[in-house]
Amino acid sequence: MLHFSRVKMIAILLACLVSMMFALPNLFTKEQLASWPRFLPSKQMPLGLDLQGGAHLLLAMDTEELRREWLQTLRDDARRTLRDAKIFPTGVGIVGNQVQVRLAKPEEADAAIRELRKLIQPLGSAMLGTSGEDLTITRGGDGTILMAPSAQGLQQRVIHAAGAAIETVNRRINALGTAESTVVRQGADRILVQYPGLSDTKVLKDLLGQTAKLSFHEVHPTMTAEEARQGRVPSGYRIFAASERGDEQGVSYLLRETPVVPGENLVDAQPGFDQRTNEPIISFRFDQAGARRFGRFTQEHVGRPFAIVLDDKVLSAPVIREPILGGSGQISGSFTVETANTLAVQLRSGALPVKLTIAEERTVGPSLGADSIEAGKLASIVGGVISMIMVIIAYGTFGVFAVIGLIMNGTMVVALMSAAGTTLTLPGIAGLVLTVGMAVDSNVIIYERIREELRAGKSAVSAIDAGFSRAITTILDSQLTTLAAAIIMFWLGSGPIRGFAVTLTIGIFTSIFTAVTVTRLLIALWLRGERAKAGRIAVPI
Amino acid sequence: MRFVPHFKGYDFFPHGTHINFMRFRDVCFWGSIAAIVVSIGLFLTMGLNYGVDFKGGSMLEVQTKSGEAADIQAIRGKLGGLGLGDVQIQAFGTSNDVLIRIESQPGGEEAQQAAMRTVVDALGDGFVQRRVEVVGPAVSAELRRTGILAVAAAIMAIMAYVWFRFEWQFAVGTLLSLFHDVLVVVGVFAFFQLEFDLGIVAALLTILGYSVNDTVVVSDRIRENLRKYKRMDLGELLNLSINETLSRTILTGVTTIVVLIALFIFGGSVMRYFTFAMLLGVLVGTYSSIFIAAPILEYLGVKRETVTGEKAAASARS
Repeated sequence: MLHFSRVKMIAILLACLVSMMFALPNLFTKEQLASWPRFLPSKQMPLGLDLQGGAHLLLAMDTEELRREWLQTLRDDARRTLRDAKIFPTGVGIVGNQVQVRLAKPEEADAAIRELRKLIQPLGSAMLGTSGEDLTITRGGDGTILMAPSAQGLQQRVIHAAGAAIETVNRRINALGTAESTVVRQGADRILVQYPGLSDTKVLKDLLGQTAKLSFHEVHPTMTAEEARQGRVPSGYRIFAASERGDEQGVSYLLRETPVVPGENLVDAQPGFDQRTNEPIISFRFDQAGARRFGRFTQEHVGRPFAIVLDDKVLSAPVIREPILGGSGQISGSFTVETANTLAVQLRSGALPVKLTIAEERTVGPSLGADSIEAGKLASIVGGVISMIMVIIAYGTFGVFAVIGLIMNGTMVVALMSAAGTTLTLPGIAGLVLTVGMAVDSNVIIYERIREELRAGKSAVSAIDAGFSRAITTILDSQLTTLAAAIIMFWLGSGPIRGFAVTLTIGIFTSIFTAVTVTRLLIALWLRGERAKAGRIAVPI
Repeated sequence: MRFVPHFKGYDFFPHGTHINFMRFRDVCFWGSIAAIVVSIGLFLTMGLNYGVDFKGGSMLEVQTKSGEAADIQAIRGKLGGLGLGDVQIQAFGTSNDVLIRIESQPGGEEAQQAAMRTVVDALGDGFVQRRVEVVGPAVSAELRRTGILAVAAAIMAIMAYVWFRFEWQFAVGTLLSLFHDVLVVVGVFAFFQLEFDLGIVAALLTILGYSVNDTVVVSDRIRENLRKYKRMDLGELLNLSINETLSRTILTGVTTIVVLIALFIFGGSVMRYFTFAMLLGVLVGTYSSIFIAAPILEYLGVKRETVTGEKAAASARS
């Protein structure tokens, strides 16, 4: 156990040197590192949001809304498809979680089903060998046809929506500044946003809290919303409420459901001020197709109102005074400078496919983060120094060897975390400190064993040899069980627990390595020196 | 290595002790069972003071901008009449820090955010937000589930490992001592109504790791002695094994505790409950490996043939 070949010795030394190099950047500031030569590692351990301060927002997509919207499109599609096929149902509506088509002539059922089946989209991929359809179409009782979205169909829609939502969220956040934020998907229907260095999350939350689906609608030429509510809402029209932020609260409008120009045709939106009233407004520009459509519509409807609708609420319903042919215009709606800014960013970055709610928020102010780093540093130094002093007192010269091993252990954990880019969190610091405490254990097991063997009358060399070889199984057993706990923490844990589990896991491996190689090598070298001297070797333990 | 100072360590511990741990076997066994029962009782009657992570709701830590001590009464007055249900206000860390907890609002995720906005507006300009945690009902339910699952899975994994490496009797002892450690810590948290959050679950998992670490060291020695002294009375052998490993148990325990005390004192108020749970766990874990895991073996008996037979070759080599 105490023989080290030259190659092995060099390998161990090299491992120590390399880890020192990788750990070193953490002692310097970012500015100092910038001036380092390129060939030196200059990566620092990234700090978690709890240490550098920042916002952690877990956004949940409203899957119910997705389902509702899907059913609405499905209903409209079914209506159109049947009309195109010259089949005229008495009613197409949403009943529960499916679309129900009621036929005028039951004998048309087969033809209707054939037409409606065209709406089915295949699911899955040939590559994965999965298949399925997003809809099931069945014949209901008394001349009805039922179209039911399948679970997989909804799931796929959720996945697509999540992808689109992440892109939009990214665009909106980027508008806030240049912070190194991350936006990742979590689970099927959640999005995790991490935004470092933000103390007030209000702006961020406002920015993400709105779908920002903007569209331009035709107002019903003769009927008011009030009349429609009492009588019957004409087909293709819907009642929209006025936005809470406008002046005309409580007012509703009867608008054509299909927009004249949907929000997708918007290419730019900028906050500004109205030249006459000096009110904050948003000026926007359409793309070519949007501009053409809007131009034609305004030409045909001069003197009549149209409605600007944001997230199903009417922002304003101005009267068209003259045809708007340039493809640009402005929206007013009792904005403040702030809300106009926010909305402009939202419109520029596109609408979210579905409303996002904040399922979890954890924000740490930069001052608390800095305090935590200081506290963590102090605790680590105090804890580390005291345990090292204890080891030296208990084991003398061998204690010094153990302490060198412990310092190496700490260095390696830091080096591995820096190199792999593993985030250091506040619980992670606790994990680090604890690792030092537990790494002491490996040395204690070995040294106590050596003492025992010495008391049993063995010679120095064989006692040390036996100490290491006997202790190693115990060390492995005890560390592997801790590893099991750490892996489970990582597997199940979220945020802070993960940070703790990661440092603990890395610490377990490095502590085994340092106890059985670094400390052992030092003792072997010491022993070699002692052997060169004459006389019996006294183990200073 | 000539430059290394040559000095002897100070051996704190008396060696060759013959403390009769097995004498306390019955007392400890029943005492531990009682501790488990009491802890379960406390858990069921008083319940745990769940933090925002598990209960849902919001938590806000604010600090006065002026650096003066915060007037908790005044804050209570401002926030009392907002109609947000149970709002707890307490001093935290230094005198200018205040921790505000708002119970989970009916109405899902949106309502939690709205409540937080109301509180921030009511507090006014005099405060800096240090920390905000808002956990909606869906997430808190998930965290509860995974928290329980994590502890159960860790116990299972550790037990499986011990079973695989030792005999089943050792696994039973380990299992019982792990249950004991977790439950006693939970019991203490229930009794003092200390806040129980995600961090405490991490502490529990670490305690499991530490406790089993301790148990394994003692078990390893028991196994070794079972091979060495084939005729020794089991009780005597267990005693011997515990005594032989006593110095390591104490030194490691003390070092870990010292490190934890440093964390407790200097690690900042955010980590305080976490380190407290760890401290408690290290004490309980050390106790349980000596007074629960080992004595169980005497109750269950260990078949020496299985221990000596297949692994004799291994011991002969070392």
